Amino acid sequence: MTKRPEDQLNTVLTSLPPSGIRKLFDIASTMEGVVSLGIGEPDFITPWHIRNAGIRSLEKGKTQYTANAGLAELRKAVAAYLKRRFGLEYSEKNVLITVGGSEAIDVAMRAFIRPGDEVIVPQPSFVCYGPLAAMAGAKPVYIDLDRDNGFKLTPEALKAAITDRTKLLVLPFPNNPTGSILKESELRAIADVLRDTDVIVLADEIYAELTYTDRRHVSIASIEGMKERTVIVSGFSKAYAMTGWRLGYAVSPEPVNAVLTKLHQYAIMCAPTMSQYAALEALNEGDGDIEDMRREYNYRRKLIVKGFNDLGLKCFEPEGAFYCFPDISSTGLSSDDFCQKLLQEEKVALVPGGAFGRSGEGFVRASYAYSAEHIKTALERVGRFLNKL
Amino acid sequence: MDNEILELLDKDSALSAADIAVMLGITEAEVNDRIESFKKDGIIVGSKVMINWRKTSKELVTALIELKVTPQFGRGFDQIAERFYQYDQVKSVYLMSGTYDLALQIEGRNLNEVALFVAEKLAPMEAVVSTATHFVLKKYKEDGIMFEEKPKDDRQVMLF
Repeated sequence: MTKRPEDQLNTVLTSLPPSGIRKLFDIASTMEGVVSLGIGEPDFITPWHIRNAGIRSLEKGKTQYTANAGLAELRKAVAAYLKRRFGLEYSEKNVLITVGGSEAIDVAMRAFIRPGDEVIVPQPSFVCYGPLAAMAGAKPVYIDLDRDNGFKLTPEALKAAITDRTKLLVLPFPNNPTGSILKESELRAIADVLRDTDVIVLADEIYAELTYTDRRHVSIASIEGMKERTVIVSGFSKAYAMTGWRLGYAVSPEPVNAVLTKLHQYAIMCAPTMSQYAALEALNEGDGDIEDMRREYNYRRKLIVKGFNDLGLKCFEPEGAFYCFPDISSTGLSSDDFCQKLLQEEKVALVPGGAFGRSGEGFVRASYAYSAEHIKTALERVGRFLNKL
Repeated sequence: MDNEILELLDKDSALSAADIAVMLGITEAEVNDRIESFKKDGIIVGSKVMINWRKTSKELVTALIELKVTPQFGRGFDQIAERFYQYDQVKSVYLMSGTYDLALQIEGRNLNEVALFVAEKLAPMEAVVSTATHFVLKKYKEDGIMFEEKPKDDRQVMLF
């Protein structure tokens, strides 16, 4: 062997920058008494009746593979759920059950991307889109969302980013990390831009159930002419507090779903059977759980937004997900420095906004998937930290 | 709105009016007003902390007593219930459907004290037809609070 194995790895992968926050949280994990607002998953545990459905499936010996695309009854339940909650018209033939929303994103990217394609990724946003697009052979094209527009994707910005190589638009709303959402009128304006193009929409709607205004989440697939070109990816993690079950789904036009399923069957075979039975219970009996958790998040959302605003860290009102994204530029610190200093001096862990793309610089992400008491303690410490600056 | 205030306090009576105001998007004065009127109307009848006495040095025994009684003419069960709930040792009194009439929760320092209380104070009462005493061996959950399971944050740091 003349070459070291590590020198033979895929350079697209090895040249991806390492996670910016890994270092920060490695330090945090060695410290005592850290109050974190850093974690992006529900603090609730999965409702008992859903866990129990998983347990029952084991008791009944449901330990074998399911069909590649997932249990037929679960796929039907997903279609019925999308109809009931968001007015979307799909059947089980449009649904692929995946290992979390993440797999659905990966499968959708790899199924569409050809070498040289471009994938438009609005930022700040969840960190996986660019790297997954790159691994599939595409060039990620980032759109910098602007705080002054409420971190929304505007038709102008979209239009400017589209080229004849654009294959996919990632539409990550409700948004992690900003909490921004897109209203129906705003989606219509985006649809108007897309209508004259062949761009496919990858709508990451994992936070669709967690919106806090009177309007419910609207999927771009419900706008005329968009369903035909949209892959919705979502899952059970956020709505039902089921992160560890690793279960999500992709919903797309039937011929597309057939190809996504092909890829999924080679890489994954099928999603975990136990999780699928639990998810079936969640879809059929879990609407009330969503409402209970949503209400609790909403209380905390109001507490944390007012808390940051009162401290002088301006925070626009997040309408979805469970994050707020206060502006820390008034401190004169970079978001990295702010988070590191805050951790060292007051033992509070936040995520630097720059980790979510360059337009996140000057902001920090604070999760409110924590108890009200915990949030208040963290805010007190941030206040002390600001007073010392 | 009223029920929302009550539900928040039902989960955590230590929540401040200021916090409730922020959570519900109303003023602190409104929250205080509502709480005052809840108290006046007998809707909020008290508040207390939940203590797992098993973990303290205090000796405490809890028993649930099933009582069959003869209701009195014109007064139903209310007056009998009153004769029970006036005792400090009696922590809860419920009128029940089913095979017995009243359920009492009684606390004492030890089994003997509780047994004597039942034998000497409750059983001899005129209206009492029969009693059955069940001692509580362990409290797992009370009023929605887990007694033996400490909530802890097991979430690991993920990429994001």
